Amino acid sequence: MSEIGSQLLEQMYETAATIRRFEQRAIEQYRVGNIRGYLHPYLGEEAIAVGSIAAIEPDDYIVSTHRGHGHAIAKGHEPRRMMAELFGKETGYCHGRGGSMHVASRSVRNLGANGVVAGGLGIATGAALAIKQRGGSEIVVAFCSDGGSANGMWHESMNLAAIWDLPVIFVLENNQYAVSTPIRDSARVEHLSSRAAGYGMPGLTVDGNDAAVVYGAMLEPVRRARAGEGPTLVECMTFRHGGHHVNDPGLYLPADELARWKAHDPLIVLRERMTRSGVDDATVAQIDERVEQLLEEAVEFATASPDPSVAELLAEVGAN
Amino acid sequence: MTRMKYRDALRAALAEEMERDEAVFCIGEGIGERGGSYKVTEGLLATFGPNRVMDTPLSEAGFVGVGVGAAIAGQRPVVEMLFIDFLMLAMDQVVNQAAKYRFMSGGEGRVPLVIRTQGGAGNSLAGQHSQSLEALFYHVPGLKVVMPSTPHDAKGLLKAAIRDDDPVIFIEHKLLYMTEGEVPDEPYVIPLGEAEIKRSGSDVTLVSWSHMVLKSLQAAEQLAAEGISAEVIDLRTLVPMDIETVLDSVRRTGHLVIAHEAVKRGGVGGDVAAMVAERAFDALRAPIVRVAGLNTVIPFNLALEKAMVPQVADIVAGVRSVLGRPAAAS
Repeated sequence: MSEIGSQLLEQMYETAATIRRFEQRAIEQYRVGNIRGYLHPYLGEEAIAVGSIAAIEPDDYIVSTHRGHGHAIAKGHEPRRMMAELFGKETGYCHGRGGSMHVASRSVRNLGANGVVAGGLGIATGAALAIKQRGGSEIVVAFCSDGGSANGMWHESMNLAAIWDLPVIFVLENNQYAVSTPIRDSARVEHLSSRAAGYGMPGLTVDGNDAAVVYGAMLEPVRRARAGEGPTLVECMTFRHGGHHVNDPGLYLPADELARWKAHDPLIVLRERMTRSGVDDATVAQIDERVEQLLEEAVEFATASPDPSVAELLAEVGAN
Repeated sequence: MTRMKYRDALRAALAEEMERDEAVFCIGEGIGERGGSYKVTEGLLATFGPNRVMDTPLSEAGFVGVGVGAAIAGQRPVVEMLFIDFLMLAMDQVVNQAAKYRFMSGGEGRVPLVIRTQGGAGNSLAGQHSQSLEALFYHVPGLKVVMPSTPHDAKGLLKAAIRDDDPVIFIEHKLLYMTEGEVPDEPYVIPLGEAEIKRSGSDVTLVSWSHMVLKSLQAAEQLAAEGISAEVIDLRTLVPMDIETVLDSVRRTGHLVIAHEAVKRGGVGGDVAAMVAERAFDALRAPIVRVAGLNTVIPFNLALEKAMVPQVADIVAGVRSVLGRPAAAS
């Protein structure tokens, strides 16, 4: 990974720290009742969104999941409008109509998070088909999960993408638990990436807690997709720092395993890499301070924003 | 005017829209070289090439999902689902993805997707290839539902469906593909949400859609011989529904019969009846009558199958009963 320069490491660290603080502030705001509904924190998985999205261009698309805040922030969503959407406010990306599980925006080419596990994979595959039909050079990154790999849509989408050589990369975030069910109870293969062979596409498994490793692993799949050579399955091993959602204490996560993964925290890994690349502590502190400010402003913005208008909603519905 | 088959009118609509707009493409099972099971897409592959007339594996959820994604990304896919029964394999993509996207994205997203499919009994295809399932889609906010009965309507409505920015479930009937009718030679589009009075009358309003319109017109013809004047309204699109045309008619006739092939329980006819009762109850001179499929599975045996779905005689009987005229002596 020596080819990754300190500048890219700093950028990735800043994005990862932004996601980390966004999730922590969102949980805090949830606890005081400013956010309702479901909220699935990305804590502990930040390196996957950061590393994979660092490897693509602003014109490229992503399709996200129910655990999608990290993907959205890494793709360029503003934390304050993200936070406002979680608050259900008019200033949020979906004007309070989508919430945490449905953040989407054309402006940053995020085709959307999804409340149905594996439900967005058809959208990713279809967007890739649209690009191919138009002769475009963009690609699609489709985030999916170990839980989603058990779903029929995962199979159908992977197969369709493969037979049509579509420009899509399936980034499988294997956090090893589908809500409370461990992956060993859901799959007989050691690596889910081995299933790629069954579709006739390359598959690889990498350390999903090391953003630099994820970034490096994406380079060849990105080249392949852009060259019209078809999809790749990139499995990134990781672990949630807590339960499935904000109200799930995650007591089923074995304490020793959790401790091991927390010691291998994506932010710690990035900071170690930065130190080795000669980035000093003062620079890290500056980034942390910027992130802190950004999130403070995001919470203030969301808090101060107005609720969406009921009258406007009723007018829209009447237009049906 | 040119006389053409329903399936040829559909093909003409597809060809014209594909010619007009490069973003329009067709995708489905065996629609390329084979031209689809009902030959609607025959010849389109030769004209437009494999990039725009795409065969798929038997992955119904997958290729409907691909249609949703391609539509969101700016294409105008026309997905062919061989049987509406098979659309059940893709319900998450239709109900949770396509139907919700525009709303949940705060109005920013668009899903200009058409799913062409066909339903209905009549060919002894048994319970998994003969259903009339429009009520399932009618019930879901965010979807439009179109069910044309004639070649003229099929062409004009399919063009409107393709140009629409929202997902449209376009339901054909397997007994209609070989029916013929007059189709204008000049280009035309029929806006979604406009019912048509297929036959004017003054004694009773007879509302139906899809293949049941043909049976309703036959029933009206028989009733005319008995001196009963039935007005036959073809809703043509269930969502958006032109209930005003129905209400106007009921206010003139005072009697309403709704005929549809789908099972009566939870059928769209119940909703039409409810809307008329809510808004024109005072115009009704007799209780509304629904003539609909029996609440059971479509049987394989042709005679049994016929007994499950309304026939012309059932509609005639329904009209007589609403008018308080029990069976005429025959």
